[in-house]
Amino acid sequence: MLQIKCPYCQELREEDEFSYGGEAHIERPANPEACSDEEWGAYLFFRKNPRGVHHEMWNHAAGCRRYFNVTRNTVTYEILESYPMGEKPAVLAAGPGERN
Amino acid sequence: MSGGSYSGFSLFKNALSYHENWQRAWRSPKPKSDYDVIIIGGGGHGLATAYYLAREHGITNVAVIEKGYLGGGNTGRNTTIIRSNYLWDEAAHLYELALKLWEGLSQELNFNVMFSQRGVLNLGHTLQDMRDIERRVNANRLNGIDGEVIGPAEVQKLVPLLDCSPGNRYPVLGASWQPRGGTARHDAVAWGYARAADALGVDLIQQTEVTGIRRENGRVTGVETNAGFIGARKVGCVVAGNSGVLAAMAGLQLPIESHPLQAMVSEPLRPCLDTVVMSNAVHGYISQSDKGDLVIGAGIDHYTGYGQRGSFHVVEHTMQAICELFPAFSRVRMNRQWGGIVDTCPDACPIISKTPVQGLYFNCGWGTGGFKATPGSGYVFADTVAHDRPHPLAEAFSIDRFYSGALIDEHGAAGVAH
Repeated sequence: MLQIKCPYCQELREEDEFSYGGEAHIERPANPEACSDEEWGAYLFFRKNPRGVHHEMWNHAAGCRRYFNVTRNTVTYEILESYPMGEKPAVLAAGPGERN
Repeated sequence: MSGGSYSGFSLFKNALSYHENWQRAWRSPKPKSDYDVIIIGGGGHGLATAYYLAREHGITNVAVIEKGYLGGGNTGRNTTIIRSNYLWDEAAHLYELALKLWEGLSQELNFNVMFSQRGVLNLGHTLQDMRDIERRVNANRLNGIDGEVIGPAEVQKLVPLLDCSPGNRYPVLGASWQPRGGTARHDAVAWGYARAADALGVDLIQQTEVTGIRRENGRVTGVETNAGFIGARKVGCVVAGNSGVLAAMAGLQLPIESHPLQAMVSEPLRPCLDTVVMSNAVHGYISQSDKGDLVIGAGIDHYTGYGQRGSFHVVEHTMQAICELFPAFSRVRMNRQWGGIVDTCPDACPIISKTPVQGLYFNCGWGTGGFKATPGSGYVFADTVAHDRPHPLAEAFSIDRFYSGALIDEHGAAGVAH
């Protein structure tokens, strides 16, 4: 069971209050009509899926019901930070010994 | 087979020396400097691929490179359910090929994989479940796959311990029933393929981790490992949850996310459940192993992860569902619980594909239900690698479908069903 801090509620709560929203910081192409099949497929389906530091979205479903971002290690499941939508993560690259 | 084949006679002969002199099942060779084909990943699918490369295509200068021990990943962590009742033609044909190979596998490998066609039930709890079941069974029958829709009375007859009383929390309105489905001993599948591949000359290299994929001019030339560089003209990657990590080594990205999937076994009980019971709606599936323990599978954790463990509330939910369906199991104690890392695709179908790198192939994305496909997966992937073009049954499972949009949506039949 993960313990996740909602940056809006400023509360550390158990994982089953939240629902997972997938990889964060994926930008929808500004002009989908102009995308090639490769660009559109990459946007829809291809994900980083790193072994190590991952930026992802969570929704505080049983709380404020807002989406926010979390930086989590996908091997140790350690949560490194959570931050509101629209902000950039403080923890960026994979740490030593990890592969991205 | 080095040291002879397994038989009633060999069992008798070895009994006379207290079973202390059985031959080793396979060699532990030093890696050669160069192979025709390297298969990365010594699970069921990788070992089956190596076996069929040698057996069907005469390519015996093959190495299987495994970072841990053979069958130590998802092959040894799944709930061993085998069935082929998938909705769409492409998936149905692929899983049915696997099921047909399962039916002759113990004989072919001279290794008892304990394949038991005890039948698989997929329960329907709502009217919509039943409509989906009718549609899927009809599609299966049109594809020559056995299956029937049965009502609650027949379900109750097949599974006396299942609570089919009206008005319970998860009412059983009926089920799909595939009598040819069943279970097999998961470790034995890896061992059987390993032993048979070894006998045909395949080198099984354990405790060796691939750390890089070397390429020159867009062509694969071999793999870097923690035991040094090993050359190869072709490399097949069959590493389930770690597919994304291997793809990144070749500068590729995959439409795959890795999730923990959990399962557990109970203490051994007297025989009480002689079929496989699955329920997509309540995320639980259960069978009883020959040893007597109840084998129970849960759903995936929704977050991505590589930690081979998941969150408690997921297994808690599954246990609640199992206790509702089988009130008699509510006092059964659980012995062990574990997680494996499954490689899920957006359409719940595998990727069996060439890649933009010449000579590099991927077989991945089997997600929550790869065990049942082990023989078929190895068969079509070996053919794909040997001829450098997709096997006819693998064509639809190319990675290109995520650009063309020709997805094969098997979420309904894949469900939580493994």
